[in-house]
Amino acid sequence: MFTEAIEAILRDRATPEAIRAIENGGTPASIWNAVEEAGFLELLTPESDGGAGLSLPASAPVFTALGRYAVPVPLAQSIAARALLRGTGVAAPAGMTTLAGACRSGENGALEALQVPFGMTCDHVLANVDGDLLLLDAARAERKPCGVHGSFSGTLSWGINAVPAPLGANGEEVLRFSAAIHAAAIAGAMDRVFAMTLQYCNDRSQFGKSIGKFQAVQHQLSVMAQHVASAGMASELAFSGAGAVPERLATAIAKARTSMAVPLVASTAHALHGAIGVTAEYDLQLYTRRLHEWRMADGSEAFWNRMVGSAVLAQEHGTFADFARTAPCAAA
Amino acid sequence: MNNLLDAFHLTALPAAAEAFRADVKRFLDEHLPAAPDDVRARSWMGFDAEFSRRLAARGWIGLTLPASYGGAGMDAFRRFVLVEELLAAGAPVAAHWIADRQSGPLILRYGTEAQKDFYLPRICAASAFFCIGMSEPDSGSDLASVRTRAVRCDGGWRLTGRKIWTTNAQHCQYMIALVRSSGVPEDRQKGLSQFIVDLSLPGVDVRPIVDLTGDAHFSEVTFDNVFLADDALIGDEGAGWQQVTAELAFERSGPERLYSSVVLLDCWRAQLRRHGANDADLALLGGFATQLATLRCLSIAVTARLAHGESPVVEAALVKDIGTEFEQAIPAQLEAAISADPARTIDPELYRTVAYLSQISPTFSLRGGTREVLRGMIARGLGLR
Repeated sequence: MFTEAIEAILRDRATPEAIRAIENGGTPASIWNAVEEAGFLELLTPESDGGAGLSLPASAPVFTALGRYAVPVPLAQSIAARALLRGTGVAAPAGMTTLAGACRSGENGALEALQVPFGMTCDHVLANVDGDLLLLDAARAERKPCGVHGSFSGTLSWGINAVPAPLGANGEEVLRFSAAIHAAAIAGAMDRVFAMTLQYCNDRSQFGKSIGKFQAVQHQLSVMAQHVASAGMASELAFSGAGAVPERLATAIAKARTSMAVPLVASTAHALHGAIGVTAEYDLQLYTRRLHEWRMADGSEAFWNRMVGSAVLAQEHGTFADFARTAPCAAA
Repeated sequence: MNNLLDAFHLTALPAAAEAFRADVKRFLDEHLPAAPDDVRARSWMGFDAEFSRRLAARGWIGLTLPASYGGAGMDAFRRFVLVEELLAAGAPVAAHWIADRQSGPLILRYGTEAQKDFYLPRICAASAFFCIGMSEPDSGSDLASVRTRAVRCDGGWRLTGRKIWTTNAQHCQYMIALVRSSGVPEDRQKGLSQFIVDLSLPGVDVRPIVDLTGDAHFSEVTFDNVFLADDALIGDEGAGWQQVTAELAFERSGPERLYSSVVLLDCWRAQLRRHGANDADLALLGGFATQLATLRCLSIAVTARLAHGESPVVEAALVKDIGTEFEQAIPAQLEAAISADPARTIDPELYRTVAYLSQISPTFSLRGGTREVLRGMIARGLGLR
């Protein structure tokens, strides 16, 4: 129900034209206000506090939809921020809040958050600083764009006077939730990219027939479908826990598996689209650029697989198969 | 969203199936014969009639068959759990494998009462082992071109022709063969039928074929004017193609398309624990776990469709293709990892296990349909053909 409602708004507001306008420096206010007014920021907030009270598993399709529409505002992050702030006694700030999964503390008390998604446009940053949870004012940060065409991400630094006291010791949950959001976003964008590619192969005609009739093309689409299905399944794992925040190993598996699928899915989509696919005018790039950015956000598969591997090695009882079976359900 | 991809959503195994897992683990602790890793790696190619009989005595062959035929009357989810545990342990399950997985369900679905009464209790008791007669010397991926022929005669049929790559025919009592029963090879899918062939009949000759690992798990079976009684026909005459297609959904969907190399991962992990793991080892080990965890969820989604009585042919093809790619990647990448340093000692059992799987793994994407056949099916499922 929520997914349909939010998709209806996104279909209207997060159009490719709107995304391009914001990427070109336009204001995201219209999209942001629409989702805020519809109450979507409170998706995970308990009903007793006026929220929608969705469980994590029930919210998974919403997070996937945000990727499918390449939503150009930190909506997923702001939804998560509310869940992460619950229990700190601090209310979520007004405006766009993003997540910084890993920060570097300087010697002089300064703080640097690297490659923060929506770092260039956000109002606040909920950050993991060596395991502590900090809520930072982005207006007081020095912002350096990552310099990638069309990207909103950037590195933010705060002087000692702009670094507030920690709100809690659950900073690591920021990294987890942020990674889970990116896993879902990858799955959603892949779903879109696959649909576009399949449609293109049916429409585009060469040698007197649609290119989807060629066996070489069919086999590429078949393999692509396998990886899109895998990414979709893996992203659901991240949100399958009973808690308020994605579990550690499930998130690790989800972020690693979705990230692993990115090169094949993005490159196959472009290969089958031909030159039109890499033009600014055609919509494919809106999603494939993000697929690459999201693969690298919060650690690639190299990071998360290493974490999974350490857990496999440390497993006290059972076989490798037992690990693969139980790890996605393991708490924390 | 595409309908095919929409089939894959997270499905939990029912609690009853998970509870069943503890029984299976206990049984294996007690009854699984000890064997070195390179022998356990053979798993569903490993033939051990005695182990199959123990499993049958426990009531776990023909798990999904009705109790009235000697089966356990359990659902597809519990079969998934049983198979998963057997394969994870590297149990030698080849003897009853085909009968349990596909011949039994096929006979249940298409057989006459008399056929069901005769064969199903024998399957469940592990006294009848089955093999699959599909491939022929000139018919591999192009299965519809089979030329083995059943010709009507007084009181039955005369069977002539040859089947090849038949797994364990030399140890089985019966074969379910796909043969031409009318028309000509150009009729393709029309005029094909399935017969249950008693391999002890006069005119049947079974010749084992030795493979590159030194095993003889498959064979060539020649039929020289073999007399088959009327009741050898299974299902409808001329409906062989439809029956085989449904049968292949059982063949392609199971955990055996994910777990063929998993014994090697346990073996490698043991070596890492003894000698230490570097960051590259950890990322590789974790990457395998990441992939297996995901593939398993895909496979359970297919099992859920089977449990609902559907025949998820395309979904099963999708999981088999990516599952076998994973199974093949394990020995391929471990050869590199294990020998990353020529001065490092390699445990001999690990060395033999990775060698066995590297050599045999090309068959993983041949048995049950080649990659090209499966990808063609997926393309059809996507509406491209």
